[in-house]
Amino acid sequence: MDVPMITKRARLNESDPNERVELSSQPVTQGPLLSVRDLTVKSRRGARILNGLTFDMAPGEIVALVGESGSGKTMAGRAILGLLPSQVEQTAGHISLNGLELSKLSQSGFHRIRGKVAGMVFQEPMVSLNPAMTVGAQMLEGLLLHEKIPAKEARTRMVEMLRRVQIRDSEDCLSKYPHAFSGGMRQRIMLASVMLLKPKLLIADEPTTALDALSQREVMEVMVDLARNYGTGVLLITHDLQLVAHYADTVAVLKRGDLIESGPPKQVLCSPLSEYTHNLIDALPKRDRSRAPVPDAPALIEARGLSVAYNGGHRAFSRSTEKLAVDRAQLSIRPGEVVAVVGGSGSGKTTLGRALIGMLPIRDGQVVFRGNPVAAGNRDAQREFRLSCQMVFQDPYSSLDPRQRVRDIVAEPLGHSKQLSRGERQRLVEEMLGDVGLEALGDRYPHALSGGQRQRVAIARALIRRPALVVADEPVSALDMTIQKQVLSLFRRLQTQYGFACFFVSHNLAAVSEIADRIAVMHNGSIVEEGSVSDIFDRPQHYYTRQLLEAAYVAPGQVSPLSFARQLSGSN
Amino acid sequence: MKIRINAIVGGVIVATVFGMGLLSIVWTPYDSLGLSLRDRFQSPSMVHLLGTDEFGRDILSRILSGAGASLVVALVTVFFAILAGTLLGIIAGYCRGLVDRVMMVANDALLAFPGILLALGVSVVTGANKYGIIVALGIAYTPATLRLVRGTVMSLREREYIEASRVIGNSEITTMFRHILPNCAAPLMVLATSMFGWVILAESAMSFLGLGVPPPAPTWGNMLSSGRPFIESAPWLGIAPGMCIALTLLGINLLGDALRDWLDPRME
Repeated sequence: MDVPMITKRARLNESDPNERVELSSQPVTQGPLLSVRDLTVKSRRGARILNGLTFDMAPGEIVALVGESGSGKTMAGRAILGLLPSQVEQTAGHISLNGLELSKLSQSGFHRIRGKVAGMVFQEPMVSLNPAMTVGAQMLEGLLLHEKIPAKEARTRMVEMLRRVQIRDSEDCLSKYPHAFSGGMRQRIMLASVMLLKPKLLIADEPTTALDALSQREVMEVMVDLARNYGTGVLLITHDLQLVAHYADTVAVLKRGDLIESGPPKQVLCSPLSEYTHNLIDALPKRDRSRAPVPDAPALIEARGLSVAYNGGHRAFSRSTEKLAVDRAQLSIRPGEVVAVVGGSGSGKTTLGRALIGMLPIRDGQVVFRGNPVAAGNRDAQREFRLSCQMVFQDPYSSLDPRQRVRDIVAEPLGHSKQLSRGERQRLVEEMLGDVGLEALGDRYPHALSGGQRQRVAIARALIRRPALVVADEPVSALDMTIQKQVLSLFRRLQTQYGFACFFVSHNLAAVSEIADRIAVMHNGSIVEEGSVSDIFDRPQHYYTRQLLEAAYVAPGQVSPLSFARQLSGSN
Repeated sequence: MKIRINAIVGGVIVATVFGMGLLSIVWTPYDSLGLSLRDRFQSPSMVHLLGTDEFGRDILSRILSGAGASLVVALVTVFFAILAGTLLGIIAGYCRGLVDRVMMVANDALLAFPGILLALGVSVVTGANKYGIIVALGIAYTPATLRLVRGTVMSLREREYIEASRVIGNSEITTMFRHILPNCAAPLMVLATSMFGWVILAESAMSFLGLGVPPPAPTWGNMLSSGRPFIESAPWLGIAPGMCIALTLLGINLLGDALRDWLDPRME
């Protein structure tokens, strides 16, 4: 059924995991699996999307396409599968896959290729599985489309494959619906259904971008492992250089449709030739030791034994057992201090942040603001507390009202400062817009802004009333690497300038090393470890903290994740 | 540019219909109620541009004065249904919980009746006149609006900008009217324009059953229904009001779409 060589290789790998490393590093001698020549893609309006992209992929090789959004990397993946959107077309170039010229293929020709020879894993695990079909039915659909095998055999193969992507109870899993699984598990199920057909080429378009750091690592490990086992070539489309450093055999850097440079990751990442690549590498989070220590002062805000319950479970006949999203959290933030709260999805970090500023009802414990319990205060005191806490949200695409202009969005919080005159308000808004670098864009609507610009607007809205505390809920994780860097340094500059305290939520330990004074690690609703940045990075105590560090590819004592990568690639 | 042309065509049609209604207050070629049995069933000619009906009344005059009645009924009804439905829908969608449940049970019960049946029931109470029909149809079309608005509000209130509005200290009422209501405008505009068509047709059906605007006074709806028995011998009786209804609907729909796009900042 398979090409003999691959079967042999797979069997070898299963028997002895140590041989895998050796095998994969062996030079592949046969012709390229995928060969892209002068691929040019234009939008129908004539804008260039890809400009003469050329690269080769040997069987079993992992090639990473890297670039910012808009660099054309996704379109390259789609062009290979003949899945370009209707307003975009391939105007020149050849793509040959497994010796077959794809440019001449009809749609029905592509139908035979897709799935069987080349599979694809998408970015959003939450929407790429059909919520109305069981996992088994979805996996079976693809399998039976390309292979005529009896139902029993199909089932065995599906269970086997689910087991290999480390889904527990893989028998039961087949009859469950996608909503029963977390994002990381869905992505692995997606991977299983694609790998079921043992494709020669796997296109993975930002497969882990939507996941938290821990699931990210799991998915990548499983994917690379499977690909190596089956001798599948992987085209990894990503903006994350850490993934590239760890998993790719070859990296190609794209900028606005042009191939800037390519080569082994060690060479490209350690001695980049172009400014652009250099900037990409520079955008990786680095630890900043230059932050002045926060002066010792009484806490601005304190959570004392704070518990928050899920508000689910309103069933008619059964009182479901109460679950705590946050369990007796103890945390204090001094004025002007940035405390980063880190954990995987579902660890309760966002819930804690929201409960802290009174956006969620508290089940137990209390919040103490400037020495006074908030709940005990009168209405005025509570209102003042509410107004001195602000929040920056995760998703810049849904946190701005699409029907308000930027200037009105930023001005809105001032509506509660009645003593300000119209002119003063305008002056404050202009000043704030200047501070976040959006002077010229005050009249725009949010849809006309990029993700980074939107997040600047959100930051301006949060800061215009000079709050004492800002809860920042993963403010950069929806953005590109380089934009993340820009927004983060803007945030840090404003934090120094205005001196607000900050509760900074993130799933990625490495990302907060730049901005945090202290780090609290949350796991299953509890704060499991808390300490200064160097405590957490250099002397992690809790196993979960170590896992997080590992997921961020940071070894204890390392300054930057990439230097770890350098070390790693230098060592083999 | 296509949108512009649509808007202009729609605007011209709607303006013409309004003009007809206004004109009929001061002038019609003949008395729209004046019977003249000698002139029954005159086909369109230079004397009667659109012919005459079974009582010899001039159809053009009746179309002109019917425009006023039909428009007033349709506009006020749609306005009433949208206003009531939106207010109730926002409350149900935003408060959720018990308030929402009680309102939705009542609403679903109303929705279970065909709109026209509900309107018939209400008009028994309100009586057969212009105002009665407005109240009856207004109540009949409120549940559909309520459902739509509630659904939209439910999905909007989960957006982060609604939470952001609470974080910056806005009250629930401010949040509702400043951030939620404007974002309901697009689906509401679509609903309102299609509802306009339903109401004109429903009004004619009610008139046909004797529960609409009472007979001698013309509306497009009752002209259409009273012309029905003579459709073979005197088709112009139905053609004129039928064309008027169809054209007005077209105009309202074009204008509604243009308005929706114009209100949407993304179309700039």
